[in-house]
Amino acid sequence: MGVALTRAAQWTTASSGTGKLEITPVNESLLKEILEFVEQFSSRHPQEAKHVFKEPLQWTTSLEASDFKTEYDISGPTVKSQETDRDGHPMLQLTPPSISVHSFSQLSKIVQLATDKKLKEVRACLEGKPCQPQNETLHPICILNSQSCILPISHREVRLSPAAVKNDVELLKSFCSEGETRVLTSVQYTSDYEFTNGCRTPPWRQVHGEICYLVIKPCDTQPLHITCSTAGVFLNGENAYDRTSDVYRDLVTLLKSKSPHFAENINKQDFAVQEEPPTQKVQHVELVDAEEQGQPQRSYEHQEKNVHEKARQQLVQNKPGGKKKLEPSLKWKNLGLASPYDEADDKKSKKNAVSEKFAEAQEKMQKKADVSVSSLPGRQSSNKTKTPGGVGGADDFSESSSESEEDEEQPERRTESNTDLPSEYWQIQKLVKYLKGGNQTATVIALCSMRDFNLAQETCQLAIRDVGGLEVLINLLDTEEIKCKIGSLKILKEISRNSQIRRAIADLGGLQTMVKILDSPDKDLKYLAAETIANVAKFRRARRTVRQHGGIKRLVELLDCVPDSAALTEEQEKDVEVARCGALALWSCSKSTRNKEAIRKAGGIPLLARLLKSPHENMLIPVVGTLQECASERSYRIAIQMEGMIEDLVKNLNCDNHELQMHCASAIFKCAEDKRTRDLVRQCEGLQPLVTLLSQADNKQLLAATTGAIWKCSISMENVAKFQDYKALETLVGLLTDQPEEVLVNVVGALGEGAQKPANRATIRKCGGIQPLVNLLTGTNQALLVNVTKAVGACATELENMTIIDRLDGVRLLWSLLKNPNPDVQASAAWAICPCIENAKDSGEMVRSFVGGLELIVNLLKSTNKEVLASVCAAIAKIAKDEENLAVITDHGVVPMLAKLTNTTDDKLRRHLAEAIARCCMWGSNRVLFGEAGAVAPLVRYLKSKDTSVHQATAQALFQLSKDPNNCITMHDNGVVKLLLGMMGSTDEVLQEAAAGCVANIRRLALANEKARYG
Amino acid sequence: MAEMSAMNRKLIQNLAETLSKQVKHFNKTEAECLIRLFNGLLGDQSDRRVGNGLDRGKFRNILHNTFGMTDDMIMDRVFRAFDKDNDSYVSVKEWIEGLSIFLRGTLDEKIKYCFDVYDLNGDGYISREEMFHMLKNSLIRQPTEEDPDEGIKDLVEITLKKMDHDHDSRLSYADFEKAVRDENLLLEAFGTCLPDAKSILEFEQHAFQDTLEH
Repeated sequence: MGVALTRAAQWTTASSGTGKLEITPVNESLLKEILEFVEQFSSRHPQEAKHVFKEPLQWTTSLEASDFKTEYDISGPTVKSQETDRDGHPMLQLTPPSISVHSFSQLSKIVQLATDKKLKEVRACLEGKPCQPQNETLHPICILNSQSCILPISHREVRLSPAAVKNDVELLKSFCSEGETRVLTSVQYTSDYEFTNGCRTPPWRQVHGEICYLVIKPCDTQPLHITCSTAGVFLNGENAYDRTSDVYRDLVTLLKSKSPHFAENINKQDFAVQEEPPTQKVQHVELVDAEEQGQPQRSYEHQEKNVHEKARQQLVQNKPGGKKKLEPSLKWKNLGLASPYDEADDKKSKKNAVSEKFAEAQEKMQKKADVSVSSLPGRQSSNKTKTPGGVGGADDFSESSSESEEDEEQPERRTESNTDLPSEYWQIQKLVKYLKGGNQTATVIALCSMRDFNLAQETCQLAIRDVGGLEVLINLLDTEEIKCKIGSLKILKEISRNSQIRRAIADLGGLQTMVKILDSPDKDLKYLAAETIANVAKFRRARRTVRQHGGIKRLVELLDCVPDSAALTEEQEKDVEVARCGALALWSCSKSTRNKEAIRKAGGIPLLARLLKSPHENMLIPVVGTLQECASERSYRIAIQMEGMIEDLVKNLNCDNHELQMHCASAIFKCAEDKRTRDLVRQCEGLQPLVTLLSQADNKQLLAATTGAIWKCSISMENVAKFQDYKALETLVGLLTDQPEEVLVNVVGALGEGAQKPANRATIRKCGGIQPLVNLLTGTNQALLVNVTKAVGACATELENMTIIDRLDGVRLLWSLLKNPNPDVQASAAWAICPCIENAKDSGEMVRSFVGGLELIVNLLKSTNKEVLASVCAAIAKIAKDEENLAVITDHGVVPMLAKLTNTTDDKLRRHLAEAIARCCMWGSNRVLFGEAGAVAPLVRYLKSKDTSVHQATAQALFQLSKDPNNCITMHDNGVVKLLLGMMGSTDEVLQEAAAGCVANIRRLALANEKARYG
Repeated sequence: MAEMSAMNRKLIQNLAETLSKQVKHFNKTEAECLIRLFNGLLGDQSDRRVGNGLDRGKFRNILHNTFGMTDDMIMDRVFRAFDKDNDSYVSVKEWIEGLSIFLRGTLDEKIKYCFDVYDLNGDGYISREEMFHMLKNSLIRQPTEEDPDEGIKDLVEITLKKMDHDHDSRLSYADFEKAVRDENLLLEAFGTCLPDAKSILEFEQHAFQDTLEH
């Protein structure tokens, strides 16, 4: 708070150390705020209040000895508090005219004593010691700040609450009344009904965090239709919930940007604003409360903007909750909804009641979804829909969208007053009436007529829903009338492209009925139902419903047809269409892990494999789409390989449909984790088409899939050689700039694999790839960083490349990535650092030049991640080659930290740990220290490891350690000699020598010992 | 009866052979079965006279009981469509010809047939009035509505808007045909005049298998 207030307060002279507070309404209000806070502090936070300031607050007071009462020692004009600190200094001391105070409890008391002089005192206090935000010494006001941080706040976003919005609206309404100075014409809620939670939106919008809708008429522009949600305020599309403007943090900001008149005149309102005594008083109580809760975020982002925005800042005074009060997240949404329903229903038209039911169901369902937050990794949905209204509740749901959820949250349209509805709405309403009240003939006519509307248009889609058409359409599916079913499905198929309709269909139990229809003998019905399921099953709950009602099995059965015979009869053609729609539905369903499993169990894989031979693109796309979706599962990857699908996938890489190519590449991308699959891709000559596809640089999705496939295929060196022939690396280097991250990750990954070959390292350099790679080290995408560090590390193994990296300060960038919170990035960066240190000129000097760098890397030894530990050990082994650096890391306590790690069983870590220990023995008494830290005995056990590379490193470490007699004794006791004797016969000369050296040292000690004893 | 059937067997077989050549969709055996069925249906008639066939009442019974039709007017029209010579009886030839469309007609044949059914006065057009007439029972009357016919009239307008391509406020055969080709569901736009798949299956099973077994 201190920080925020300091910035906000208007000092007379900004630069001088002891400024005077200007007498402005802002300051006055700020003072009141502070006063309120201080007054209540000792009762609210008794412990903190006792905290003794490092430096007392001192100011020139107008209080006199006579103002003080019993708890003080009064001697003439001076006053001392009876309360003292540990050293016996009084917590309060008054020697008129100056006063010094050492704790908040005293401060509170003064404020209470001062009665009518309160404000003056607080002000004098602030002026006497203006708080200095940059100053790190603990100023009392900063304590205040940090204390309030203790309260639970984790969000950085500013949230609005119903109370805050209400206050804003009240304030704005007050602006409407005054003749000359008026800045707004009118401010109105669209709904007079207020729920107990303070919201005025219908419950199904409240779940999106929307608080109320407003129509504000500024003096100079069109009326503004505004949605206030917990995420902020924005303009809506008048009759729709859609967001049509940016999100602003509050109403005033929005109005300022939308109405120049408002922006201009609001400043003049300052005084008027201040003169709102009744609200003001009430608000102060809340204010303090709010301050405590929402403080820190305010001090972060809020103040910055406000420094120069006087007017705005002044408005903030009047909005207690405004930005200060943190929204207690979903509480109000979940709790406040139940009771007001009955009342609400009375007030609403029947129509709304229906949609409310939806909302209720929807909400329930969403809550359910929250509970069952699945831990499926899934792919992150690439095309996140914008979720303006949903942001409010989004954090609750965000976890659950780890699975690809194209459309979990979308703005909903509200069923508004009937005035501005389009004509389609009425026509559709009429048709629905005929659907409801007609016999089969009338129903069919109405259905056919409804299809003449543009069902792709949201107005029509939502109109059907809003007039209760969905219920009727879904009910029709349960009848025996095939024509009505067909007609209904034809409509549902179209309108289910809308996410809200999908949800409504699912809520009405439409999926269950459609799954049943899949059993129908009528092929038209089958394919229409499958296609509609394909559209509806775009969100998790729907996919689950399909599975739970046996839909997956039935859909898989649809796939059974003869896809590729040359001349098909009409019936067979229909079968193919049914199969195609079945594949479409499975594609949608396959985004859930359980469904992938269900498809496999239902025997879908061989059927998909058969359909994969189809010559028709419209069949292939859903089939390959399903396969690539399922390829995230190991069982599928194996099946794709075993069923010979790689060949077909490769074949389709050569088609001219980008979507199909993308899915094929994507499937290969996922499958090529497996070595055999990589070989198959090469044997089927799939590598060249992949390289050719790199030229489709405009289609980013395709490019991402292609580069991904190239990356994974590059894991096999034979493939790298092929790619070398096709000059793939040259193209890839060209793709290092101006690409979206998902492409970059793959491109860099491919380069990293390619660079394992020396020739390619030179190629990357010659194509100018080093610089963009090093530039990418400054990115933030974790996956990208892992790959970039790997690529840079691979390149750094070449001296010429290293020169360039060094020149671009790449090592420093790598080093700073050690600070990245992601262990994968840390490890990858540490691995990359190894060759850099090895190949850089004056590497020791370079490493030392990184301020705090050595300490940083040593501290990473505290990590719990094996890979990080191994990589850091490897890096430390390289660093320790420089004696001076070794000395520094020894000072940072590398020896005990390494010793602590020795008990590991991980061979990779063992190897690098042993290397590091071997190196670190070279300084001072480190050998002895390792022995004392108990590192020797575990090292001996390493010799029993199956990994020969561990043996070499360990033998070297033991050789170094054996130069200390005590270590020799420990080794000997642990039976090292026998193990080493075996290693002395190794073909590995380094190992041989180290083992022999170690045994020699032990032997020498023994001889010396004997000599001492008997000689 | 049995004697008569035995005497007629030869006759029936000859007739079946002839008819199966004239009428599409049925082979000789099937035609024979249908003739037997026809005769069986006639046999119940007490005032049976040679040359006559099924009268209106009898035929409507079949439509209602076997094919589940309910609308009197449509059933009358179906009878008329079967009764090509307009003699108020469906002869055995008309029976088999009618059934061939009824059970196995192609889309083209069905369009023609349905149009004939719906063209109440046989003038080659389905007029507004005819539509109104056919649709008048298709909506549940809401007691609250001022004009109970309002909905029907509206439905007629909707249909015209959908099907009347030449905008002459009536449906010519061309209009009807085009509309149905665009949207097959409109084949029976003004009332069910064709059996559904289930009753076709049952009827064929009954006619072609059960009859043979007797």
